[in-house]
Amino acid sequence: MKMTLNALEDGTRAVIAEMPPGECAQRLEALGLYPGKTIRKISGMPFKGPVTILLDQRQIAIGHGIASRLIVEVEEGEPREGDRA
Amino acid sequence: MPSCDGRCTSCEGCLSRLPSLPDGREDCPKRILLTGNPNVGKSAFFSRLTGVHAISSNYPGTTVGFMEGTLRAGKTCYRLVDVPGAYTLEPTNEAEEIARKMIEEGGDKVIIVLDATALERNLVLALQVLERGIPSIVALNMVDEARHRGVLVDPAALQIELGVPVVPTVAVTGQGIRELVAKLDEATVSPLAGVPREERWQRIGEIVGRVQKVVHRHHTWRDRLEDASVHRFWGALIGIAVLGVSYRVVRQIGEGLINLVLDPFFESAVRPVLMKISDLLGPGSLLHTLLIGTLFDGRIDFELSFGMISTGLYVEFVMVLPYIVAFYAVLSFLEDSGYLPRLAVLFDALLHRLGIHGYAVIPTLLGLGCNVPGILATRVLESRRERFIAATLISVAIPCAALQAMVVGVLGNLGLRYVFLVYGSLFLSWLILGRALHKMLPGFSPELIVEIPPYRLPSAEAFAMKLWFRIRGFLLEATPLVLGGILVANLLTTTGTIGFLSRLFAPLFNVVLGLPASAAGAILLGILRKDVAVGMLVPLGLSASQLVVATVTLAMTFPCIATFVVLWKELGATDTLKSLGIMLITALAAGGILNAAFSFFS
Ligand SMILES: Nc1nc2c(ncn2[C@@H]2O[C@H](COP(=O)(O)OP(=O)(O)O)[C@@H](O)[C@H]2O)c(=O)[nH]1
Ligand SMILES: [Mg+2]
Repeated sequence: MKMTLNALEDGTRAVIAEMPPGECAQRLEALGLYPGKTIRKISGMPFKGPVTILLDQRQIAIGHGIASRLIVEVEEGEPREGDRA
Repeated sequence: MPSCDGRCTSCEGCLSRLPSLPDGREDCPKRILLTGNPNVGKSAFFSRLTGVHAISSNYPGTTVGFMEGTLRAGKTCYRLVDVPGAYTLEPTNEAEEIARKMIEEGGDKVIIVLDATALERNLVLALQVLERGIPSIVALNMVDEARHRGVLVDPAALQIELGVPVVPTVAVTGQGIRELVAKLDEATVSPLAGVPREERWQRIGEIVGRVQKVVHRHHTWRDRLEDASVHRFWGALIGIAVLGVSYRVVRQIGEGLINLVLDPFFESAVRPVLMKISDLLGPGSLLHTLLIGTLFDGRIDFELSFGMISTGLYVEFVMVLPYIVAFYAVLSFLEDSGYLPRLAVLFDALLHRLGIHGYAVIPTLLGLGCNVPGILATRVLESRRERFIAATLISVAIPCAALQAMVVGVLGNLGLRYVFLVYGSLFLSWLILGRALHKMLPGFSPELIVEIPPYRLPSAEAFAMKLWFRIRGFLLEATPLVLGGILVANLLTTTGTIGFLSRLFAPLFNVVLGLPASAAGAILLGILRKDVAVGMLVPLGLSASQLVVATVTLAMTFPCIATFVVLWKELGATDTLKSLGIMLITALAAGGILNAAFSFFS
């Protein structure tokens, strides 16, 4: 099932499906985030705050606007509390 | 004041934006570039290899300019350059642009520092550097932490993959440094050819697959704490706790140093010496007025006498220094622990509405110590628009530690509510001005994208060094300005210049701010140093509410000279003038509103 990173539930693992358009894609890619990567969402902050994800054992914070244009794919029946991705 | 000639001795103020490297020195012409991703330990290496202290902190973006020092390996002398951290040579921010430029200019050798805990991402830059054909050597750093995290990287295998020597290291303890220096001669040009962008991750994936093993590991308390710190509820709670405890600790250390150590020392040891000097000079002589100042009942009053070596020394060493020590002790600890980027996550939603993103909390916090490093640190922000907003907000509404120390010292005696009034007014001005700038300036601000480093226990040695360099920096930079400021103030008073200026500004000060003309002189002299300016307000006999208005106006108006210089360097002439205009208007507005509110409620 595809959804935005914002919509992803906390603690869930997902695979990056589509990068946001524009120059942010490049900045995210520099941090090692690209389509096909598995991540785990740690938390999203209220009031349109950033989303923090775990990527290769490292936390990355992504602003709300970018996270709303970053599409991830979740497999059905994915365990909620996985190991550190 | 930053004294920037390309080689930094003490201060963060020196991370100057030098466009290109200084020319080779004849006695030491060879240059080594120290390069790698942000926050992988380059500055820690630099300090170890050269003995020159480079500020290193546990968050990306500490080194935005570059530093240079000398390194001796056997008989050869090298100049080692600490290149700003970059994830890629296809620049996405200013630090990366500087890094690319420096790599393009080239060096005799390159040391590529890799973070063993994040090998995949680190190899992007490594491959880009290796394909430039400069003799290279790889420091596989943070192997201690990698081991803890269950990430095992085989240096020998990596060496085969990359075709250049690989040395496992732990920069903070110095492990592997000697081997690295010994192997500098073996640095070679890598046989690897450039990788097209589309194939990059696949190629890197293959390399990582062959050199790295990840063993299964259970959640540790550190993982839990790291997750909780960015959680919507627990994160806010932790944030409040961290800031609350930091505030208490700063107050405790500051007051403790003042009341138990420095004030008693000045009373018992310095006062008698000063009295001797006073007798020698004879009260009334010009030199006495300049050095000792006015006597009250034949005694020196440290806060009121206003001589260079009476009030001057007292203000700097007893009123301000303790809070500088306290503030930087806490800040340095927070920096090294890795908490600050988490604070950026907590504050992003708020700051985003002021046209800057969460990472601006780091420059802002630095600004609470001294506006100079704070404004320099705004370089971590991506766009010019953000840098302008952040730098303006810092110089308008963020009081430096020296000013805060004086506010607490002077207003604290009259009642804590006055201190809170000052802080409240500044905070409100910060919010309103930020919002207004965001609404009025054209363009938009980029959003937060930042890597959050793991929590680390600060090393005692690194912490002590950093604190010492910051305190030393304060003493070197502030002493001439504080003592000079008092000298200038006294000279201007005796020559009648202050009186003239005061009369000139009297209508403005009377009507808008409700302050006597004499306060104008003090506020104008805030240009030199704001702590001295507060000191000048003390003998004027203002009421508590007048003092609040005066300190808020003083905090917000014209920046002190050091801040002015960096603003000019960072923003350029036009934007600095814009910023100054905004400053004056906001300061008068805030002071005027406060004054109106006081007269309304009294
Ligand atoms: N555990 C561990 N920490 C390190 C090591 N090298 C550096 N650090 C820490 O990593 C953080 C970043 O170091 P710094 O020198 O500022 O990195 P730079 O941004 O690349 O210059 C600091 O908190 C260092 O104390 C290492 O080998 N092991
Ligand atoms: Mg550094």
